[in-house]
Amino acid sequence: MKNSTYRNTYALFFKSLMLICMAFTLTCIIFMVVYIFINAIPHVSYDIIFSKPSYINDTIGILPDILNTVYLIFTSVIVVLPFGVGAAIYLNEYAKSKVLIKVIEYAIETLAGIPSIIYGLVGMLVFVQFFSLQTSILAGSLTLAIMNLPIIIRTTQESLKTVDVGYKEGSFALGAGKFYMIRTILIPSCSYGIINGCILSIGRMLGESAALLFTAGFAHTLHGYIDSLSSAGSSLTVALYVYAKEQGEFDVSFVIALILLIMSLVINVLATFLGNYISKK
Amino acid sequence: MSEHIFEVKDFNLYYGNHHALKNINMSMKKNAITALIGPSGCGKSSFIKTLNRMNDLVDSAKYSGEIFYNGQNILNKDIDLCDLRTKIGMVFQRPNPFPMSIYDNIAYGPRLQGIKKKAILDEIVEQSLTSAAIFDEVKDRLKKSATSLSGGQQQRLCIARALAIKPDVLLMDEPTSALDPISTSKIEELALELKKDYSIIIVTHNMQQALRIADDTAFFLLGDLIECDNTDTIFTKPKNQKTKDYVTGRFG
Amino acid sequence: MKYVINSKSNLQEKVAHGAFFTLGTLNILLVTLICVYLLLAGLPGIIKIGFFDFIFNDTWASTAQNPQFGILPFILTSLYGTLAALLLGMPIGFFCAIYLSFFVSKKLKTFCIGLIDLLSGIPSVIFGFIGMLVLVPFLQELFNLPDGASLLAAILVLALMILPSIIKVSIVALEAVPKQYIEGSLALGANEVETYFKVIVPAAKSGIAAAFVLGVGRAIGEAMAVMMVSGNASNMPALFESVRFLTSAVASEMSYSQGLQKEALFSIALVLFVFILTINASFNFILKRGQRK
Repeated sequence: MKNSTYRNTYALFFKSLMLICMAFTLTCIIFMVVYIFINAIPHVSYDIIFSKPSYINDTIGILPDILNTVYLIFTSVIVVLPFGVGAAIYLNEYAKSKVLIKVIEYAIETLAGIPSIIYGLVGMLVFVQFFSLQTSILAGSLTLAIMNLPIIIRTTQESLKTVDVGYKEGSFALGAGKFYMIRTILIPSCSYGIINGCILSIGRMLGESAALLFTAGFAHTLHGYIDSLSSAGSSLTVALYVYAKEQGEFDVSFVIALILLIMSLVINVLATFLGNYISKK
Repeated sequence: MSEHIFEVKDFNLYYGNHHALKNINMSMKKNAITALIGPSGCGKSSFIKTLNRMNDLVDSAKYSGEIFYNGQNILNKDIDLCDLRTKIGMVFQRPNPFPMSIYDNIAYGPRLQGIKKKAILDEIVEQSLTSAAIFDEVKDRLKKSATSLSGGQQQRLCIARALAIKPDVLLMDEPTSALDPISTSKIEELALELKKDYSIIIVTHNMQQALRIADDTAFFLLGDLIECDNTDTIFTKPKNQKTKDYVTGRFG
Repeated sequence: MKYVINSKSNLQEKVAHGAFFTLGTLNILLVTLICVYLLLAGLPGIIKIGFFDFIFNDTWASTAQNPQFGILPFILTSLYGTLAALLLGMPIGFFCAIYLSFFVSKKLKTFCIGLIDLLSGIPSVIFGFIGMLVLVPFLQELFNLPDGASLLAAILVLALMILPSIIKVSIVALEAVPKQYIEGSLALGANEVETYFKVIVPAAKSGIAAAFVLGVGRAIGEAMAVMMVSGNASNMPALFESVRFLTSAVASEMSYSQGLQKEALFSIALVLFVFILTINASFNFILKRGQRK
């Protein structure tokens, strides 16, 4: 067989190419993680994490940024959850018109595809200027909430689809109205799916920066939750950008990067864990 | 008051273009068991699902004709479906207890009607479980999940759940097809017991079952009601040749 | 009478239906609102500058004495940068996907996909940050450049950032191919690699095309990471030049812009939005065509 050597070489070539690509990808990931760990660990201290920046002492602390991130995520989730779950329930349970469903789903797809910088601009125009919320955590949260609507809607729709039709029929046969059935059967049955959607969107909110530049701002002042809603505050990601790119403070940047990395890792593990749990059920 | 619980007049059911039930005329007696028999796809399940308008959940379902329940046409557009379904209870082919505790399953219907007092709910739960002949088996684990019960227990739980809202009629859509023989005979005994207080319509695949428990039997074939009469008559001297062939096991 | 059925009356149900309807259709409203706002904010700039002057002028000098607002450099940078990132990321991601789908044990696959998920969860500023500290100096040294912050650096960072979505979408597409195809091909004496390239890849074509378009969408919309590694000068694109993307053009001047400059920035956002809508539309088109087969 003349061409069998050729064919085997060809196979070997592509197999090694695949191996190289895989190895390259994994190396990049591991390099990034290790690089951040090695450079951040020496600078991690109680002071840097649990204090605010001080011009007098010329120290940097990232507590305000951590809190701002938590506030932003908390507020956005509170806002997006009812809207997202409600829209999903409408699409799966109420909507009858095929045309309307198509239009809504197209709208959701479009929302999912808009890049975050554009959300940032529109958020600035609508929330900061039109509703005169100023550059504030609230304006940033609302922007994040709209960005994450598609994720919440999709994950809720997926888990609504898995609810046993028998439950619904049983409930209707006992004389339940649609809304009663939704409250007592549907929402409890897909609560894990909704929680999983929340975790996914928290992951995205954590990593978001471009949308927050012009909506939540750059301030590093320490606020309580209620005060923060009306004042500007920088998230960890925005703080990382400012410290690294505009102020050249690499030590603190590494610490922020490490925190972000660990948080996204935790979220990742949580989502995988919950996802497996749901599919087992 | 007539002695009939349902009177069906010129009833037709369509799923889209499919004519599922053709010109059905029949009546069903109060405090009796009426069995609907026939081969798969004959329309008997579609028919029973019309009696509490569960067919409305199917988008493409359309019907014409009249079905009178206590003199009221239940196919009327402005009938309150929720109200209708509290009066006409239903038990499904596959036991479908909700994923909550046994107690909450039974209390689901009463709570729906606004009963919130625990003492009253407790009483209803006990009564319904007793009527469904399952109270003794589950009285120690009312707070446990209903899905942990065996299939037969689940089905009796579903019957208890249907009884808890004190319906007038009980529709049973092949309630024993997913159960073993012992559970089946328990449900059959239960049905005979329940007919003192309720009117029961039962769809069954099993002709022996109809013979054992039903007062009247209706035979459906390909969307037509072939014959409806006293059970003994249907099984011993049917008027129609097709009925005879079916009950003697020639087809189906 | 106990057994008389009431007429329809339930107010709560009607309110609930209305509320859910509002929540569902709100999405349409949101998209419309975003479009309207972008048009209102972006059109004045384009009209004042002139459409052709805006799109085809190769000079952006927004703060000069005689300001010029030509965004051709940004458009071309975004196009070249995105395409180059795809050209680089697509084969790597695709080979990874084949490798993971067919050549590794289940355990190793779970592990690798876990790492890839981690990569997709890393915030874009971290990509920018590491790119800035590692990649930029490295390129500077390697090619002996005055500044390593360049289109090339942005391309490399973008290629890495889009890898996870390319890999995952490709894996889904590859695994949707029926197992009989593989068996059939192997039974005819084809070796594994031939089977994958000649049987599975054609069968998974539309899914892979979807991965490509998804990658384009992500790369063209990325702002922070490219802003940190591309140098941000408004040059016409060249591999080793400092450049600005459509996204970073908006982000880098927004905080201090005013007047026509600000309007021009909104116009850039509008152009970017049109690009994205076009990409999404083609994404849908490809998906639909794939499903029809």
